[in-house]
Amino acid sequence: MSDTVAAGAVHAAHGHHEEIGFWRTYVFSTDHKMIGRQFLFLGLFMLLIGGTLAMMIRWELAWPETAVPGFSWIPEPYMYEGIIPPQTYNALFTMHATIMIFFVVMPIMVGCFGNFLIPLMIGTRDMAFPKLNMLSFWVGAVSGVVMLASFLVPGGPAASGWTGYATLSARAAYTGVGLGQDLWIISLIIIGISSLMGSINYITTIVNMRAPGMSYFRMPLTVWSLFITAILLLLALPVLTAALAMLLFDRTMDTSFFLPEGGGQPLLWQHMFWFFGHPEVYVLVLPAMGVTSELLSTFSRKPIFGYHAMAFSMIAIAFLSWIVWGHHMFVSGMNPLLGTAFMMTTMVIAVPSAIKVFNWLGTLWGGSIRLTSPMLFALGFVSNFLIGGLSGIFMASTPVDIFIHDTYYIVAHFHYVVAGIIFALFAAVYYWFPKMFGRMMNEKLGKIHFVLTYIFFNGAFFPMHFLGVAGHMRRIYNPTQYEFLQPMQHWNVFITISALILGASQLFFLFNFAWSLFAGKKAERNPWQANTLEWSAPTPPPHGNFEVQPVVYRGPYEYSSPEVKEDWLPQDKNLGAGAVARGH
Amino acid sequence: MLRWLPEDVSTYGHEIDSLFHLIYYITAVTFILVTVLMVVFLVKYREQPGRRAIYTHGNTTLEIIWTIIPAAILIVLSFMSVSTWAKVKRSVPPTDFDIQVTAKQFNWEVVYPGADGKFGTPDDVNFDNDLHVPVNKVVRIHLGSRDVIHSFFLPNLRLKQDAVPGRTILVWFEATKPGKYELPCAELCGFGHSGMKGWLYVHTPEEYAKWAAENLTAKPQ
Repeated sequence: MSDTVAAGAVHAAHGHHEEIGFWRTYVFSTDHKMIGRQFLFLGLFMLLIGGTLAMMIRWELAWPETAVPGFSWIPEPYMYEGIIPPQTYNALFTMHATIMIFFVVMPIMVGCFGNFLIPLMIGTRDMAFPKLNMLSFWVGAVSGVVMLASFLVPGGPAASGWTGYATLSARAAYTGVGLGQDLWIISLIIIGISSLMGSINYITTIVNMRAPGMSYFRMPLTVWSLFITAILLLLALPVLTAALAMLLFDRTMDTSFFLPEGGGQPLLWQHMFWFFGHPEVYVLVLPAMGVTSELLSTFSRKPIFGYHAMAFSMIAIAFLSWIVWGHHMFVSGMNPLLGTAFMMTTMVIAVPSAIKVFNWLGTLWGGSIRLTSPMLFALGFVSNFLIGGLSGIFMASTPVDIFIHDTYYIVAHFHYVVAGIIFALFAAVYYWFPKMFGRMMNEKLGKIHFVLTYIFFNGAFFPMHFLGVAGHMRRIYNPTQYEFLQPMQHWNVFITISALILGASQLFFLFNFAWSLFAGKKAERNPWQANTLEWSAPTPPPHGNFEVQPVVYRGPYEYSSPEVKEDWLPQDKNLGAGAVARGH
Repeated sequence: MLRWLPEDVSTYGHEIDSLFHLIYYITAVTFILVTVLMVVFLVKYREQPGRRAIYTHGNTTLEIIWTIIPAAILIVLSFMSVSTWAKVKRSVPPTDFDIQVTAKQFNWEVVYPGADGKFGTPDDVNFDNDLHVPVNKVVRIHLGSRDVIHSFFLPNLRLKQDAVPGRTILVWFEATKPGKYELPCAELCGFGHSGMKGWLYVHTPEEYAKWAAENLTAKPQ
């Protein structure tokens, strides 16, 4: 720990008077906070694209083969005066999922908040490798450009689903997509490299650069969640990268890793993809859980219920996430005996998730709850995660999964979990915006945004369970082609109307965000009266973050402690020699 | 919600449906319990002047209880699922009724073995997308694919199995009610995925014998 102090002191000695120009401040910055903001803007921009694709998908499902308003400018054969052809529909849902997962949730939850928060929350001046950090963002940006470029190449973008199942994805002849699918593969390989650089940085920083007194079990749960996420990414991404490289070889050099006519195995792709893919789900959801724990404690003015249970349940989820991938493959032709084994592990992984929900309830119990915008969104995440977690039990049971696999029941489930993360994402933006940009977001607009988002999110995704129960398949372009689905078509219309309003409701957020950036109320240092170290830094924190190296005396959630008159007690507040160290 | 389940006409479907119902009730009770508690806490413990939050870091007994109860329920659910899964997927009951279904973009190729009972012989009879079977008879499907992965889905029989190129996978069902049932492809298989479907015709034994006489034995190659 003394090394950290020394490094901080050295930095303080020569770090102040360095003038750096526009390019190094805003573009090629090595400051973790600027890189965090860059990831935020990248993610929000991609959210607009991913969201627009979702609206087009929903239009097609409610009113099949009618013109989507406002899209008549897209040339044939991609659209016919606004009408989506089946090939384009497949590209739409492929790119919607790919963009939302790799270019929205990961850049914002992991890239933005990981970067912005880790050094501030553990009380250090920057990441361990600032240049690697900068490279991580710019490599990520290149990957985004490659992915977006695939919209413009002949044949259109990838159309084999975000899961890219071989053999469909392994031969251009099967989908009619050539270069677009190759660019999809290349882009994901590149973003894998970006994430790998980020995760090495996060792990190194957390292990080595914590402030004096910041033991592992005094770290905020947000940092815990990002730490575990980084470890998952470090171990999972190389497997995806290997699978993608093999797929690219199959496509370009006829290597036949996945093509049976050359001795390959189509199921090998699924094993490799989901060996990455299931930990990936937790990469997406763990930071949301960390943020939610953080906010529920802060706005209940109460220590988090079961801090150790919260940390250990995340560790348990991380370990178990490596042995559940086969539940995506129950009806794939995998040995049914393996299906039974994967059912068991999948049932077990529900337990730590349940523990988290119960501890969140325990945190609310007996609190003094402030229903601010960030708190409302955190509660919205809990509500969605509850539904998404419970609906997962159906598909964990192998016999039930035979029926609901590849139906809208699955679509409902993963949107409650993964799209539900958007609530934690908004919660985090509303909560840390003041520290990031030095201004408060508007509370009234924030609450309107929450109420509309919550209602129409559920309106859009809950009835998908009904469709799934009726057997409605995923990824079909026109549900009215099936006699057994025709009685359910009104639900598709209902879902689409909800989704369109859900999309429109985000204008409240965009306006609030843009307006507050320039005209919001100036934020004080600690507007939420929170305990963690980022609130001890100036607002917004300068290069190097803290005026003096903070020293940590207690755990992060000492709210309403009897030791002090106020209902918060910052981690670095020194109560003097007489005070007993409490918390963790 | 479960009233939207398609009518079940299979011998094992009721076991799947009863598990579906059981999990539905367990999750519904959990959902209501947690949601009600959450709303009650949000109202009861809202910020009020003069009241301070309870200062507590947790309760080990509670942690143990809410770890063990869900774990017990989930493990019991697993064991309850094992036998149904084994019945549907791990073995095929003895039967002399075999059909070959080979998926391709974007059709189900259906082959009856003909009088010799063997596939790949000159008396095989081919159909596109239509399967005809007798009621109350175990039907064994030899499922394969020519190009990409497809999925053989019979909602009314609670049966789904991916068709994987390069392999033949055996699946079975026994229909309990005559009728006409839709057979969609459930795995994305290309631009024609939507609309790739066939029909399963379940006949009474007499009707089936008549259909077979007209279509299977007399059909010239």
